[in-house]
Amino acid sequence: MNVKEGQVRIPSGCAIAAVLSRDGARISGEQIVRAMGPMHDRSNGLGGGFAGYGIYPAYKDFYALHLFFDCRDTRKACEALLKEGFEIWHAERIPTRKLPAITDEPIIWRYFVSPMPSVLSDLQLDEAEYVVRTVMKINTGLKGAYVFSSGKNMGAFKAVGFPEDVGAYYRLEEYAGYSWTAHGRYPTNTPGWWGGAHPFALLDWSVVHNGEISSYDANRRYLEMFGYRCHLQTDTEVITYAMDYLLRRQGLTLTEAAGVVAAPFWSTIGQKTDPAERAVYTYLRTVFSSLLVTGPFSIVLGFTGGLMALNDRLKLRSMVVGEKGERVFIASEEAAIRAMEPEAEHIWSPMGGEPVIIRVKEGVEL
Amino acid sequence: MVKDVSGMDFRAVNDAIRAASGACELTGCCGQRFIAAGMADRDIVLRGTPGNALGAYLNGACLTVLGNAQDAVGDTMNAGRIVVHGNIGDAAGYAMRGGEILVRGNAGYRAGIHMKAYRDKAPLLVIGGAAGSFLGEYQSGGVIVVLGLDIGEKRIVGNFPCTGMHGGKLYLRSDCAGVRFPPQVTAHRADGGEMAEIEKILLDYCAAFGYGMDRIMRSPFTVVTPDTANPYRQMYVAN
Repeated sequence: MNVKEGQVRIPSGCAIAAVLSRDGARISGEQIVRAMGPMHDRSNGLGGGFAGYGIYPAYKDFYALHLFFDCRDTRKACEALLKEGFEIWHAERIPTRKLPAITDEPIIWRYFVSPMPSVLSDLQLDEAEYVVRTVMKINTGLKGAYVFSSGKNMGAFKAVGFPEDVGAYYRLEEYAGYSWTAHGRYPTNTPGWWGGAHPFALLDWSVVHNGEISSYDANRRYLEMFGYRCHLQTDTEVITYAMDYLLRRQGLTLTEAAGVVAAPFWSTIGQKTDPAERAVYTYLRTVFSSLLVTGPFSIVLGFTGGLMALNDRLKLRSMVVGEKGERVFIASEEAAIRAMEPEAEHIWSPMGGEPVIIRVKEGVEL
Repeated sequence: MVKDVSGMDFRAVNDAIRAASGACELTGCCGQRFIAAGMADRDIVLRGTPGNALGAYLNGACLTVLGNAQDAVGDTMNAGRIVVHGNIGDAAGYAMRGGEILVRGNAGYRAGIHMKAYRDKAPLLVIGGAAGSFLGEYQSGGVIVVLGLDIGEKRIVGNFPCTGMHGGKLYLRSDCAGVRFPPQVTAHRADGGEMAEIEKILLDYCAAFGYGMDRIMRSPFTVVTPDTANPYRQMYVAN
């Protein structure tokens, strides 16, 4: 039985890292796993995870659903549910490597699926919205099943353990993607369990987070109005849903979404000299006030074709960015960047609330 | 002693320093925390990227970083000297009460947070480039200097400098035209006497990085101190 939010308190830590190649060149998962070595002590073995983009080129037009199951019957029930609305093009166990450091494994499968057009037209939903609703339905309604990744040509891999072990467990050296994010967990307030490891992914969005969200309940209640169900006993998932809501459903740009979750102080907005800019930030803070995320955080949001790094506006967590050639690196510590690329250049720290958006160059096929 | 510490745990690194007699040089530092913590009589050169809390509780040792340093350098240090030839991360000199930290490049957020003085102890933090937001937050003693050398268009300091400052002194090599200080501090342009004081403070700094004093002193400085006429009254409780 998992201990729930409020019943246990564990002190803070966490490590994040990310890499992207602007020219789309594929990077082995081994490189991002290496980043987590020097930051080992930021985690406590209660969670590690990674997200890779561009890793499923052979199935890039299908939603890649990654699932944890507690038993075979749950898997059978879940497959029956999926078949009601999706064509399943390929299904398999996610390959793993037995390690003494990784224990209590659930059954881990992936399904490459496409929603049935007839179902979509009946429900008058677009593909993405149908996938989101299905994820919410499984995660809240089907006991023992949990979808932890649901994007196209991307995938999240997570477990209870240290991130280096989690990377080895999922054989990430066998994957190659144009971008990766990583997380080492040191759970705050909430228990360490497989579903609670980062990244938190929904559609192509994935979030890794170091921090503690004071506004969790306010954010959660707001998002519940739009069908998002927070069910993972941890705070970070609320950021993933907030990003999906702001970016996909409201159509905000990344910079605008950053201006919502890490909105500048009213005093800072008041000091902006450009009236148009002042009006935009006032608008965002007013309309989406319930999605302001307070408390310390540094996050990396992964999405198709790019990454966005963001700190809370007070910058209560560290974040460093560097680059080498066409590769851009982000991490909680410079040492992690050096572990990925010893010759990294232009190392700098973004300001609190300043989004760093990195994209694969236009025209590059993902 | 020259030692490659690649892949070594921070405990092993500190054991190696303690075992060495005299000066030592560590190469291949990559994220090991607490290097030289609490050490009193060592002279250590570090290559690579030493981890967080470098020289925490330092008690007289001398550290030279030939690269960038991460967060919380010199946390609660008591004496000694840390020279960083690159940039320094967040919370540099956190609660230090003695010794000096000299940085060639930029500092992250909260440099000099809660720096204090104690009896004969008066800590010094000098940042050659720009400082991030919340510079000198809750400063209660000691001296912080920011020089703004070679920072181009970058502002010499971010937002909210000197928030909660109630002791010590802060010098910014700038007229601080666009900088907003809280109402509980006063900022004024350094006069002749203060310029002479700054020059004295910067002697070591210029020597450490080979800067000419003339170049640095050609620019105006702003002096920030707590405003004793407007103390922090009744912010939380009546007192």
